Amino acid sequence: MKKILAFVLVLMMVLPALAMAEDMPVVKIGVFEPASGDSGAGGKQEMLGMQYANAETPTVEIGGTTYKVELVYADNGSSTDKAPSAAQKLVSENVSIVLGSYGSGVSIAGSPIFAQAGVPAVGVTCTNPSVTLGNTHYFRICFLDPFQAEQLAKFAVKELKADTAYCLGELGNDYDVGLIHYFKVEFEKAGGLVVDEYFQNGNADFTSFLTTAAALEADVIFAPCSLAYSALLVEQAAAQNVAIPLMGSDTWDSNVVITAASGKNVTIYASTFYAENDTPFDRGFKTWINSDPVNLTNNNGNDMISAVSAMGYDAYYVALEALKAAGSTDPKAVNEALWNVKYEGVTGAISFNEVGDAARDGAFIKTVDTANDDWKLVIVMGAE
Amino acid sequence: MKNVLPYLLSGISVGGQYALIAIGYTMVYGILRLINFAHGDVFMVAGILMVYISASGMPIWLAIPLTLLISVLIGFTIERVAYKPLRTAPRMSVMISAIGVSYLLQNLVLYVTGGLNKVYPTIPFISDSVTLTIFGATMTTKMVTVITPFLTIILVVALVWLINHTKIGMAMRAVSKDFETSQLMGIKINSVISTTFIIGSFLAAVGSMLYFTNYPSVIQTSGSMPGLKAFVAAVFGGIGSIPGAVIGAFIIGICENIIKGLDLILIKSGLTKKMMGLTTFSDAFTFALLIVILVVKPTGLFGEKMTDKV
Repeated sequence: MKKILAFVLVLMMVLPALAMAEDMPVVKIGVFEPASGDSGAGGKQEMLGMQYANAETPTVEIGGTTYKVELVYADNGSSTDKAPSAAQKLVSENVSIVLGSYGSGVSIAGSPIFAQAGVPAVGVTCTNPSVTLGNTHYFRICFLDPFQAEQLAKFAVKELKADTAYCLGELGNDYDVGLIHYFKVEFEKAGGLVVDEYFQNGNADFTSFLTTAAALEADVIFAPCSLAYSALLVEQAAAQNVAIPLMGSDTWDSNVVITAASGKNVTIYASTFYAENDTPFDRGFKTWINSDPVNLTNNNGNDMISAVSAMGYDAYYVALEALKAAGSTDPKAVNEALWNVKYEGVTGAISFNEVGDAARDGAFIKTVDTANDDWKLVIVMGAE
Repeated sequence: MKNVLPYLLSGISVGGQYALIAIGYTMVYGILRLINFAHGDVFMVAGILMVYISASGMPIWLAIPLTLLISVLIGFTIERVAYKPLRTAPRMSVMISAIGVSYLLQNLVLYVTGGLNKVYPTIPFISDSVTLTIFGATMTTKMVTVITPFLTIILVVALVWLINHTKIGMAMRAVSKDFETSQLMGIKINSVISTTFIIGSFLAAVGSMLYFTNYPSVIQTSGSMPGLKAFVAAVFGGIGSIPGAVIGAFIIGICENIIKGLDLILIKSGLTKKMMGLTTFSDAFTFALLIVILVVKPTGLFGEKMTDKV
């Protein structure tokens, strides 16, 4: 009896493998993104960009053969302790290249696994410098935190005329702590005063922090934290009638923040990678989002384009370029080819420097139009 | 005083919400000697239920009682399915079953929500902003912050009355004193235990409405931190004692918020010149306080004095 059972089980494992073996050869691209946890909403929006690109261009020609591109998903759960096992899952699926992640902490946590397996990774919106520093397998297509924080600090000083800034971040989150550090350096250089405080993971009560910021008579609150916290912060700032402008980083550029701020008396600024401008990409993406209720849910219920979606879209094409240039699906060849990839994406030109970072020189600063529930571009910082 | 007041207000409010959860822990412990680890998750599920019920287009005056009712049913079902069959098993097995239920609820919600934060619906009146002036300090906050402590005290007084002056209350006290003997005396032990779970879940659901109105974002792990803090509050006040749990919850709520503002309070009162980053220690302080209390008074603040445990 046991033998029969074992035989049936083995057969069940073999059959799908046989069924798959027939048609077009498949090249696998790993999607290393958070689908749950504090950054789940952002991760899903970044994935939407890749999925749209995949729907648009489902095949790629590598070394004369047409391959079908398959996206393999691994949820890193927005947490650094789950990230390594998610990375391991992608490695054991034999992916040729990995895209992601949203959030620098998880990217850093997953990095050694990719390094060991020799699989290259392209960070989409992980902005912390240590993601690509000191390794040869991690690349990224977005700007870096020092650049972003510098632009935000300049914006606060020049445009908002701020001289006291209250910074709030999540304790132990590489992304938050890093951005606040760079912001502080730049802001103090301009002669301002910075007070920084940190909250614990899972915190929902920001009332006391906001009370402190108000009592300090801060001119701006800089809170480069995950989306879940940003939404709560916006909500509580409105309830407490805190009139200080809230300033966020690229994580804030999401319709989640719009929903939280809708119709309320709050001022919000965020720096980001992309501003919606009715381009063919914008129109195509919106149509695609509206075509499927699942996509609509993953995009928080409406068709507003997050910058991370545009970045995810570009990341997918960068991966295809690398695969074409490598002429093989071997991760090591793809890694070599990545250094010379040049691609003109919807978010701007992408090429990599010697660290593996993309050369980016502009940060879009947007503000929330609370009456019309939309983002409005304020200024493009840094691009002279 | 002017500097401390806003923090005190947040503390009293969040303390009241912890108190409503803590009662559930302490009552179940009083009767079953079981730490119901799933209690924080019942709190979270009540939040998620409210999100989905009001998203279905149901008016809020119908959604609230429906959420309360379903939460109570969930609490009741958990006891019947996961704890009752283990009544004669070692206490450790029941506790492990409770941990299992906790993970089951979290993962079910993860599956349903897809792991994304759900925005809690706005309950009229208690979500409105109010401006208060106390001792010359003006602050703006949500109505719920003001209502929570009063509502908590009213519910607790009602609960204590129920325990001291009704038949079921007497049965509860008897069961918490001696499980076997009260069974021999003809007390229907299962209905007493079910009632305990019903009351606990009801209070957790009320607590969830107050809590999520203040912090309107629900995710599958939303219950774990408030649950943990409420559990600490119950231990702090002497687990098994209802007044103990309530007082413990208020102390913990106030302490953690005062610590969050301590830097500023010290600066404003001229004791220090610089921010020292004490905010970071707000949770550490809560748990350190627990350790100190347990070392000095192992039964908690009210553990020994209160004989009518439920």
